[in-house]
Amino acid sequence: MKLRAIALNTFKEAVRNKIFYLLVVLGVITALSSVIVSMLAIGDTEKVLKDIGLAAIDFFSVLIAIFTGINLVYKEIEKKTIFNILSKPISRSSFIIGKFLGLAFTLLIALASMASIFMAFLYLSTGNMDPAILAYFFLLYLELLIITSISLFFSSFSTPILSSIYTISLYLIGQVLWTFNEFKHHLKAPLEKITAYFFYYILPNLEKFNIKNEIVLNNRLDGQLIANGIIYAVLYISALLVLTIIIFDRREFQ
Amino acid sequence: MNALEIRNLKKTFKSNFLIRQYPVLKGIDITVEKGEIYGFLGPNGAGKTTTMKCIIGLIYPDTGEISIFGQPSDDTARRRNIGFLPEQPYFYDYLTAEELLMFSGMLFSLPTKQTRQKTGELLELVGLEQKKNLKLKKYSKGMLQRVGLAQALINEPEFLILDEPFSGLDPIGRKELRDIILSLRDNGKTIFFSSHILQDMEMMVDRVGIILDGTIRKEGKLSELISHSVRYYEIVFTGIDENILANHPAKYVFQDNHYIARLDTVDETNKIIEFIVQNKGKIISITPIKRTLEDIFFEEIHQ
Repeated sequence: MKLRAIALNTFKEAVRNKIFYLLVVLGVITALSSVIVSMLAIGDTEKVLKDIGLAAIDFFSVLIAIFTGINLVYKEIEKKTIFNILSKPISRSSFIIGKFLGLAFTLLIALASMASIFMAFLYLSTGNMDPAILAYFFLLYLELLIITSISLFFSSFSTPILSSIYTISLYLIGQVLWTFNEFKHHLKAPLEKITAYFFYYILPNLEKFNIKNEIVLNNRLDGQLIANGIIYAVLYISALLVLTIIIFDRREFQ
Repeated sequence: MNALEIRNLKKTFKSNFLIRQYPVLKGIDITVEKGEIYGFLGPNGAGKTTTMKCIIGLIYPDTGEISIFGQPSDDTARRRNIGFLPEQPYFYDYLTAEELLMFSGMLFSLPTKQTRQKTGELLELVGLEQKKNLKLKKYSKGMLQRVGLAQALINEPEFLILDEPFSGLDPIGRKELRDIILSLRDNGKTIFFSSHILQDMEMMVDRVGIILDGTIRKEGKLSELISHSVRYYEIVFTGIDENILANHPAKYVFQDNHYIARLDTVDETNKIIEFIVQNKGKIISITPIKRTLEDIFFEEIHQ
């Protein structure tokens, strides 16, 4: 009940913020604007629609994840509303988990709204509905949860601006970390090799959640890829939440 | 069993680079007995809020022990029995008063039906039932203080910790809050509250602790602190010729056809009473002028 209270309140706070709606609406508009580009494109209209539409939803949902994740925890501390919560029989770990669940629910609603409008639009435009697109949104959701847990982690000890910079940096690194995988095999010096392996495994590998090419090109989806994504997300998020709780547990609220 | 016991509580704040250290609490001891109103008095920056945050668990003490009803205060479950009103309460401004109280009830895992009923009662108690659907961002400071008290009472706590509860209230609001706190005490609750407004404190506390610069300088029953502290005796009399009175060493003033004399000791007072009676004067009144809490407070500050 306590977790539900914190999660629900987090959701309420997020959805009562106008910026949340602005980002969702912008995401939908940008995704739907793919139809204009598809008119200019020669060839496969569906491919262009999917390519631009999915990229737009991806971009705006990541923005929502970073914005809400950082803003909501920092605001609790800055506005001292956290005094009121932690003076009640709520452990700090429950607070963090409740916040995460609330943010996860917020992202689910945001992504589901954008995805359902886009899918309806895609169906109306092309007359086709590719069920694999649901797998794309599912993996994108897992990626968003990782980004949220990163932003939650940074905002548990840092300011919003720094947290945003750290989270965006990790997001960008996460997009290209797969290139590191090849690179680390070519290193010879043991220290360099260890360092490369360390960073490869500790930094978020968000490419694991990117199946856009398969969706756009209508390639067959590999079930193992999705299973790996789920396992990776669960482990990564759990580890980050534990770290966040450890840091938050030591924090004092003056 | 005491409601609150604090022993040798110390806390030092460190600057960002751990270079400078600011000792805020220098080993304080406080005992709050069950069923009393304890006034925690001190100027700004004396350590009142830090002490309260240590009790609640928002700040970790360097050393010392804090127990609530005999149990360590760092046990999260202990807070089930505590109501806390933070200084300048900040609440989610996108919620209404009713939503805030319902949310607070959920944090105590109270059944929804019970919380709803209690919410109605508390909003009526603090005089906000007409404004229950108004978002908190539209509330005045005084209204926020009231809703803060209401949320602190949602779990029907045995022990209430109120940090500057009178801050931001107008005289009517202060009177109403005093009445609420007194009625809570009459219902067996223990109240530990901080303030730097001496008049409010003097009107309601059973015991008082004065904190200055991180140390408790005085602690005890207000009635004892004040009754043992007669500053001087004032005698108002009449019916004596001024020339005769001039032979007496007591200092006096003549005002509204009466003489008013100030005597520092009981002996001096007895002597002037004898003098007045012998000279066929008439004593109108004899009043021991006691020290107020304000006098005691300023004496401690100037020591």
